[in-house]
Amino acid sequence: MSRLLIEASTPLCLLQDAGRFGVRHLGVTQGGALDWVSMSWANWLLGNALDAPVVEITLGGFTVQAEDYCLLALAGADLGAYIDERAISPGRSFILQKGQRLRFTQPFSGARAYLAAPGGFDAPAVLGSCATVVREELGGVDGFGKALAEGGRLVYSGTGGAMKVLSAPDLQPGKPLDVIVGAQIGQFSGQSLFDAFNTAWALDSRADRMGMRLLGAPLQYQGPSLISEGIPLGAIQVPPDGQPIVLLNDRQTIGGYPRLGALTPLSLARLAQCLPGETVRLAPVVQQTAHQQHIDFMKRFTTT
Amino acid sequence: MKPRIEVVAIDCLMVRLFDAIAETNMPWMLAATQRLRSGFGAALVDLVPSYTTLMVHYDLGAVNPAQARALIEQALAGLQPQAQGGGQCHVLPVWYDLSVGPELTLLSQRSGLAIDEVIRRHSAHEYQVFALGFAPGFAFMGLVDEVLATPRLNTPRKRVAAGSVGIAERQTAAYPMVSPGGWNLIGRTPARLFDRGRDGYSLMQPGDTVRFEAVERAEFIKLGGDDTPLEAQA
Repeated sequence: MSRLLIEASTPLCLLQDAGRFGVRHLGVTQGGALDWVSMSWANWLLGNALDAPVVEITLGGFTVQAEDYCLLALAGADLGAYIDERAISPGRSFILQKGQRLRFTQPFSGARAYLAAPGGFDAPAVLGSCATVVREELGGVDGFGKALAEGGRLVYSGTGGAMKVLSAPDLQPGKPLDVIVGAQIGQFSGQSLFDAFNTAWALDSRADRMGMRLLGAPLQYQGPSLISEGIPLGAIQVPPDGQPIVLLNDRQTIGGYPRLGALTPLSLARLAQCLPGETVRLAPVVQQTAHQQHIDFMKRFTTT
Repeated sequence: MKPRIEVVAIDCLMVRLFDAIAETNMPWMLAATQRLRSGFGAALVDLVPSYTTLMVHYDLGAVNPAQARALIEQALAGLQPQAQGGGQCHVLPVWYDLSVGPELTLLSQRSGLAIDEVIRRHSAHEYQVFALGFAPGFAFMGLVDEVLATPRLNTPRKRVAAGSVGIAERQTAAYPMVSPGGWNLIGRTPARLFDRGRDGYSLMQPGDTVRFEAVERAEFIKLGGDDTPLEAQA
């Protein structure tokens, strides 16, 4: 067993896995790592299951001190990480000797870093997952949805670990985000459809794990009001003010706003690394095409 | 019954069975839920029912979009409504009181009914659980007597106590845990609506029916209710 003492943390540093499944009909949200690709890479670096429990560190402000010899891996954003005084870049596994500190200072590139340990960090599975959802009081190290806090401990029990090296995965930051268009697409005005896919959208500072608001030309929905229905991950809902919201892992399970469509999982992983003020563009994609791209992408984790 | 299937995400299809909210939808929704669960088996990640729709979230590593569509069509071919007795019937004790249900006054004023009559009408009907959402175990139930239908509060409360029973339009619900909320509050139930230790976690499941039973404060406390007035908890 290896332990890390948490010396600094923020409400945005959370234990996560791939999310909570099979319980959404009960109103339980999905949860899980926003950038699931980086979570998967962090785990892959150690030879873990891709969805083993990791720490999601958003923007920085997180410090741990090793109380034992620790093998760890880091992927995702460059949040200015240091081992004591030595800078360390994401995309690698590394060792923390007993007494050494790992700290995350501020975002240099991207928004979210993922820290993995052999076999995943220890946490009780609550409704099948350790994904932390503060609002629902589910998951996390204690099982009751608490964010990682100063004075707490991260523990892992796995031994060994593969210590693989990752050649930087191309996240294609400038590429438009792929949207699988939904059934209500025809009920937006022609101008709105043009604007949706031909103009830039700025990320609002009103963003959290439930959703990210996009600022730009207001979109006009002209259809009838809708009855609440299930909301998929990445759904782009358009409330009456016309400013779309991309619904993320901690979204409510059902809702009644019209939707343009839903981002693909790969686009969601890229969006999760964007900071407020950055701009993104949207591009329509067919479900079958996106499906094939996703299957092809997943092969990297088995063949690399 | 010809369900429509719509694309909603890379790994989700929406099955649309109806166009309007009705209690008579439920036997069909329950039957469709069962058929889809067994049709997809392990390839089903989540099945999210709502008033008129079922969202099928499948494992995209196991089936492709065309196969998923075919599985849905197969599962729902010749669908028949489920016979009576599909869901469980719950009786939820409620302490209807102004201290925990301040909008009793508003509902009384709007409807022109005395508060006692508002309570009687709310507790007279056996409600359908249409869907769970908003929070774990939060059941949207209906339909509430038309006279009691009241829009949500203009400004939602930042903090609604666990167990609070409310009305929004023709729907009623109870808050399983403390949360923000904009429903018109009329009382409080001591029932544990969501419990991670319980089989099935949520007391109410889609397709169940619910009756509210008015109880006195003493009974409410005996059943484990917290009678702290709403304002005192803010």
